[in-house]
Amino acid sequence: MRIDKKTKDNLITYGIVVAAFLLIQVLASTGHLSSHMKGLLVPMTYYAIIAVALNLCVGILGELSIGHCGFMCIGAFTSAFFSKLTEETLPGGLRFFLAFVIGIGFAALFGFLIGIPVLRLKGDYLAIVTLAFGEIIKNVLNAFYIGYDSKGFHFSMKSQMDLGLEPDGDTVINGAMGIMGTPHDAGFTVGIIVLLISLMVVLNLINSRDGRAIMAIRDNYIAAEASGINVTRYKMMAFTISAAIAGAAGVIYSHNITTLTASSQYFGYNASIMILVYVVLGGIGNIRGSVIAACILYLLPELLRGLNKYRMLIYSIVLIVMMIVNWSPKVIEWRKRTFGNLGIKKKI
Amino acid sequence: MKKFNKVVSAVMASAMVVSMLAGCTDAASTDTPDAKTDTAQQTNNSSDSGATFKIGAIGPLTGGAAAYGNAVCNAAELAVDEINAAGGINGYQIEYNKEDDEHNAEKSVNAYNTLKDWGMQILVGPTTSTPSIAVSEYTKADNMFQLTPSGSAVDCVKYDNVFRVCFSDPNQGIASAQYIADKKLATKVGVIYDSSDVYSNGIYQKFAEEAKSKNLEIVSAEAFTQDNNTDFSVQLQKAKDAGADLVFLPIYYKDASLILTQANTMGYTPTFFGVDGMDGILTVDNFDTKLAEGVMLLTPFAADATDDLTVNFVKNYQDKYGEVPNQFAADAYDAVYILKQALEAKNVTPDMSISDICEAVKGAMVEIEAAGLTSSKMTWDASGEPNKEPKAVVIKEGAYVSAE
Amino acid sequence: MSFLTYLINGLSLGSIYAIIALGYTMVYGIAKMLNFAHGDFIMVGCYIIFSVSGAIGGGSTMGVILSVILSVVLCSLLGITTEFIAYRPLRGAASPLAVLITAIGVSYLLENVALLIFGADVKSFSSVITWQGLSFADGQLRIQGVTIVTIVVSLVILICLQLFINKTKQGQAMLAVAEDKGAATLMGINVNKTIMLTFAIGSALAAVAGALLCSAYPNLSPYVGAMPGIKAFVAAVLGGIGSIPGAMIGGLVLGIVEILSKTYISSQLSDAIVFGILVIVLIVKPTGILGKVIQEKV
Repeated sequence: MRIDKKTKDNLITYGIVVAAFLLIQVLASTGHLSSHMKGLLVPMTYYAIIAVALNLCVGILGELSIGHCGFMCIGAFTSAFFSKLTEETLPGGLRFFLAFVIGIGFAALFGFLIGIPVLRLKGDYLAIVTLAFGEIIKNVLNAFYIGYDSKGFHFSMKSQMDLGLEPDGDTVINGAMGIMGTPHDAGFTVGIIVLLISLMVVLNLINSRDGRAIMAIRDNYIAAEASGINVTRYKMMAFTISAAIAGAAGVIYSHNITTLTASSQYFGYNASIMILVYVVLGGIGNIRGSVIAACILYLLPELLRGLNKYRMLIYSIVLIVMMIVNWSPKVIEWRKRTFGNLGIKKKI
Repeated sequence: MKKFNKVVSAVMASAMVVSMLAGCTDAASTDTPDAKTDTAQQTNNSSDSGATFKIGAIGPLTGGAAAYGNAVCNAAELAVDEINAAGGINGYQIEYNKEDDEHNAEKSVNAYNTLKDWGMQILVGPTTSTPSIAVSEYTKADNMFQLTPSGSAVDCVKYDNVFRVCFSDPNQGIASAQYIADKKLATKVGVIYDSSDVYSNGIYQKFAEEAKSKNLEIVSAEAFTQDNNTDFSVQLQKAKDAGADLVFLPIYYKDASLILTQANTMGYTPTFFGVDGMDGILTVDNFDTKLAEGVMLLTPFAADATDDLTVNFVKNYQDKYGEVPNQFAADAYDAVYILKQALEAKNVTPDMSISDICEAVKGAMVEIEAAGLTSSKMTWDASGEPNKEPKAVVIKEGAYVSAE
Repeated sequence: MSFLTYLINGLSLGSIYAIIALGYTMVYGIAKMLNFAHGDFIMVGCYIIFSVSGAIGGGSTMGVILSVILSVVLCSLLGITTEFIAYRPLRGAASPLAVLITAIGVSYLLENVALLIFGADVKSFSSVITWQGLSFADGQLRIQGVTIVTIVVSLVILICLQLFINKTKQGQAMLAVAEDKGAATLMGINVNKTIMLTFAIGSALAAVAGALLCSAYPNLSPYVGAMPGIKAFVAAVLGGIGSIPGAMIGGLVLGIVEILSKTYISSQLSDAIVFGILVIVLIVKPTGILGKVIQEKV
């Protein structure tokens, strides 16, 4: 059987993820993995997932989004809300599966709704509007109160008191205090499975007829339109899928860290930009690169913990140097001259 | 040739991932002894017995909330050094280590795991509420004793292995409303609170409930967020227009100092009433303390109190870190001494397992009566909530004076 | 009367955004890069003024003037250095995102250096403007000195920049570089030097904005520039990024909208409203208020 080049390339990507998973399992079962490392595994998977999602938007669709954590936030809140409500009534596995369906569904819905105005814009204007939507989602959730009691749901945009709950009532989303005590369902295995599914969705999309249409739009909008490609439809499709995957990352997030608040350090533009850093360093349009870069860059500040207060300083310097080494035309030329063919092989 | 390149790239890629992961585990395991020797040198210079207590602290050492985390980690370190110099706990020295969490729940769990690898037996922290709640899930699973100096949200102590030193948020909101109503400080109250902050929201919610039952009229309740905390002219103007004669500020001193300055330039002079987060306002570098004249606050700690304990603490802290300690520092300093008292009450030794230490300390916490910087008499019940009296102070001529 | 007060507060906030946005928009227009570290130059400028006026004994008019001048000069130098070390090597990189990420790295770097030098605790900044301002209608309506100075300074800067760009050789060179780097090189314009000059001016503006920002809102911390920086970026886009009068208008609109939405709608949701207005403006006018519509060709 002949396997074409692209399929082989994709198989390598899946292979890396599976191999990494097996390796970790071996290390863990032989006791070679510290608690610190074990704790980092789940965050690594959801950052890898959202990096894949953002790469679909930035690399394949060619539209810069700096508000992707907003979709992660939607996925996290809707799924945590569901899990919290049904914690006692549904069995764990089914509940977590439904939480995924809900988180992904809502993130996709918002991706679709936000995509309608956003995708009319171009370049930096589009980028700033995604940032704006990310901030709007965060800001609104911070003023969002919802609770339930024997009379049903109560909702307010002002304060917890305005809910007017009965004494037996329970506030589920409490404004800036968010959702506390979501069941701790997510684990490394779930994370890896979701990562593999996201990779399959994105890689299959890229290699399909639709994917080629999307990339044609990226490369030349007018030419694509002239060739009869329905530009709006394909743009919306890619953006919505990207938002849905980001939502899946959010579901894992909220079921791993059991305190969920919509504050800047988790879902603000800074967080979105951090994901963008993963995508750019991993290679724009290179899905496998995003996964690897997300893992390395998430690990880096954690491994620098020994440096204490100099840790973020070193991280920022490493970031600047890596960018220059990887992207500067002069450095690339120099690398090619000095290392010859090696430079090409090293590039993943 | 092309095919060969592909194979090589695949091999290289997988080799890189493997080496990276191996590198991580290596780094993690080599890191630990390094950290050990480091802190051992700092805090463990007179120990001759092999066993030591290992106490860890977590707080934001970088990022926007770094001021609070640094205060907690520094003060805990100071207390550890003092205890070690005085012979340790039950004759055993203490090793101390701190980790940064950037005020982020996820990073806080990472910090906790790092400390666990280092061999931490008791956790003093995390400094802030949301990280503290997230970490408590893990300390509960490991049954490690956790004493948070300043995690004030209700849920911080929902597990039986977690206790706290500071007041809870609802407690402060209720106490503030009661104090204002009982002393008849005002009938029309304006509130400016941080709607993006757990602490501020928690206090405000209970304050509003209690105010209602005490017939205090809240004439304006205006919010700001951490993304929008430079301009307070609107919030102040609204309080002014609504005729508030007291403005309640359940926020930290950083934002409060800005509010006081802007109120002054507006020419608005109500009574300002703060909570323990307001402590520290007088020591903001270059702040004109005249602006804070007449500000009242409920705080357990005042850096210029004249009792020996506070004087010594403030002096030593200033000598070592070059800053005047705030309420966060005081809570952390107390936390370490409270642990010492609890460990001594049950004759705990470092060779006991983490879980045994936790059980012993839990038992001791409900029995002991601690005296510290933040109260001369603190007791706990099994819920983890401290019983201590908030003190009302008023700022006069740049110093706290008891408001009684 | 209180509406006027709110409006004036909005103008004051807006003109600070405008000065920052002017720096943003210049760098964007000419170097075609989003300098995310711009907000942190503001912070550096503030700390320089804080340290210098602290060292030579603040309060004296000479001391204030000296510290502001020093801050402007040092910030320009920092801008030039950053451009040379971090941004120039990435000019002509395969993707424009590369330099954006580097700018973020520079932003982290500056914040963390400030954190190490000055500590995390907030410092109170002594206003560089001691004038109390004007009072109308028996003190019902007060306009603070810093408000008036900020508005005047932002207008002066706007006029100077317009004159500089349209009337001087260097300014024309900037326009040429903004239009087409390759063609500008062919016409004998030194592109590197022109971009360097742009960064010098942009960073100097950041220092001025810092002095005014911290005079109006006197809290100084390593993160003081981050949020105003982002807001100013929004303002620059709102006005049409690359357009100098656009940045001014965008800044003022943003400031006024922010204050009025806090006043009349909800103080909790004011950020959402500000960003919502940005979205609406861009949907109606996809290149901002004064942005140029560039026809795309195949």
